[in-house]
Amino acid sequence: MRPLTDEETKAMFEKLSKYIGENIKLLVDRPDGTYCFRLHHDRVYYMSEKILKLATNFSRDKLISVGTCFGKFTKTQKFRLHITALDFLAPYAKFKVWVKPGAEQSFLYGNHVLKSGLGRITENTMQYQGVVVYSMADVPLGFGVAAKTTQECRRVDPLSIVVFHQADVGEFIRNEDTLT
Amino acid sequence: MAACSVEELLAKAEQEEAEKLKTISVQKELDLDFDVGNLLACDKNRIESRDFKEQKKEDFLRALARDNTQLLINEIWKLPTERVEEAIVAKLPEPATRLPREKPPPKPKPPTKWEQFAKLKGIQKKKKTNMVWDETAKEWRRRWGYKRANDDTKDWLIEVPQTSDPNEDQFAKRVQAKKERVAKNEFNRLKNIARAQKIKTPGVGLLPRPKQSKDELSRAVSVAKTSTASAGRFQDRLPKEKPPKNAGKRRKFEPLIGDFSSEKQKQLELLKVMDSKRPKLDITKAVNKQMREEDREEAASKKKGRKGGAAGRPKGKGGKGKGGRAGGGKAGGGGKRRGKPGKR
Repeated sequence: MRPLTDEETKAMFEKLSKYIGENIKLLVDRPDGTYCFRLHHDRVYYMSEKILKLATNFSRDKLISVGTCFGKFTKTQKFRLHITALDFLAPYAKFKVWVKPGAEQSFLYGNHVLKSGLGRITENTMQYQGVVVYSMADVPLGFGVAAKTTQECRRVDPLSIVVFHQADVGEFIRNEDTLT
Repeated sequence: MAACSVEELLAKAEQEEAEKLKTISVQKELDLDFDVGNLLACDKNRIESRDFKEQKKEDFLRALARDNTQLLINEIWKLPTERVEEAIVAKLPEPATRLPREKPPPKPKPPTKWEQFAKLKGIQKKKKTNMVWDETAKEWRRRWGYKRANDDTKDWLIEVPQTSDPNEDQFAKRVQAKKERVAKNEFNRLKNIARAQKIKTPGVGLLPRPKQSKDELSRAVSVAKTSTASAGRFQDRLPKEKPPKNAGKRRKFEPLIGDFSSEKQKQLELLKVMDSKRPKLDITKAVNKQMREEDREEAASKKKGRKGGAAGRPKGKGGKGKGGRAGGGKAGGGGKRRGKPGKR
C-alpha cells in the first residue's frame, strides 16, 4: 500500500471531476475526519486514517481490500472508476439522469439507456458528460456518460442511446470476483 | 612297396615344404623399403611392360601385391613378439615416414592490444619466477593463483585510512575491487578474441542481426540518448516519440502514514490548479445557447408570418450576434470570440 503519486492523483481527480466537478474538495477535506486515498495492487482505496493505521498490520499479499475501492489503474496508467465508488459519487453528482422503471432492469443488466427509457435529465448536460443514473425513486443505480446533450435528447428518436453505461449496481453480482 | 610309398611320401612332404618355402620366400631384384611402424613397404623394382602386357593384367597385379605383402609380413615376423590373450602380437617400432598434415596450418593470431603496445614501445617480456617469498607466511608461494603470496583480500586486519568513511567496510571494498579487476580482465580478453576473429561486438546496444526485436531497438535508442554530456535531458524527440518512462531508476514514494494535513494541502492545491486550467467558457455551451436562441426565433418568426420573418431574421441574427458575443465577453474566457466585441 502506498500513497498516490502526483500523476496518479491528477488522473484520478480528473476522472472524478467528470462526475462530481468541484465537489471533490468535499471528499478530500472532510469535517468529520481525515480520509485519504491509498494505492494497493493498482487499486485506489478511500479510507479514514483510523482504518489505514489498522491496515498497516497486514502484509501486502495478505491484504485484500481497505475502506472503499474507488477504481483501479490499468496497465497503461489510466484510471477506471468502479461501481464501488457510487456511494461517494451519488450525493455530490452534478448531472443526473433518471430512468423509467421499465428501463431500469435493462440498465442493471449492463445495457445503455435509450431515449425511450429516459425519465428526466438535468438541464445543460454537455455531450460526453459524466452522469449518475438514478431510478425514479431517487435510488442511485450507477453511472455513465451522456451520449447527447439535453437539447439533443429532446429531439432524437426513441431508440437512440442517450446514456452510455459505465457501471451499475448489478455488477456487484456479475463481477463479484473482480471488484475486490 | 611300403618303402616305396614311404619314400614317395617323404619326397612329397619335401616337395611340399619346398613349395611352402617358395611361397614364403620372394625373389626381388631390389630389396623393398620397409617402414614397419606404418606397415609400409615400398617396391622400387621396375615393372616390365612386356610382363604387364603379356599376362592378364589382374593376375599380374594380384601376384605382385601378394609378393610384396609376403615380404612385409616376413619383416613383421622379424620383430619381437608377445602374447596378448591367445594372440601373437608384434611390437611395431616407431614410424619412420612423416605423414602430411590433415588440416591446413593455423593462421598466425593477430597481436592483442597489449602486444601491439609492447611492440610499439619496445617492451621486452621479462621472465618472472613462479614462486615468490611470502614474508608473513615465511614460505615460498605462487606469484598468482591458489594460495598466492601477498593476497590483500586475505588480510585479517586492515587499518582504516584517515580519509575514508568510518562506516565503510574495508574488507568488502577490497573484495569488490578484486572482482572488478577480474571482470575487467575477462572483458579485455574477450575483446581481444573478438578483434582477432573479426567478430562484430555491439559497443552498447545492437548486435548486427538482420531482424532486431522491438525492445532491443528501443533500449539502444534510450542508451544513445542518455550518452550525452547532460544525460539526455536536452535531446530533441521525434514528433510522435513518447518520453522515456524512467527505466532503471528506482521510484521513491511518500511514506504510507505521512503528514495527513500536508497531503490534504497538496491535493487541494492540485484541485485548484486543475480548476484554473479548465476553460471558463465552453464552446459547446455557447453553441448550444446559440442553437436554443435560433429555435426560439424560428418559432416566433413562423407565428408572425413570412414577411415579418424575413425582416426579423437578419435583425434577429444581428441581435443574436450581439447577445452571443456579449455573453461570450461576460463569461470572460473563450477562444474564438475574443477579438470581436470591439467591432460592434
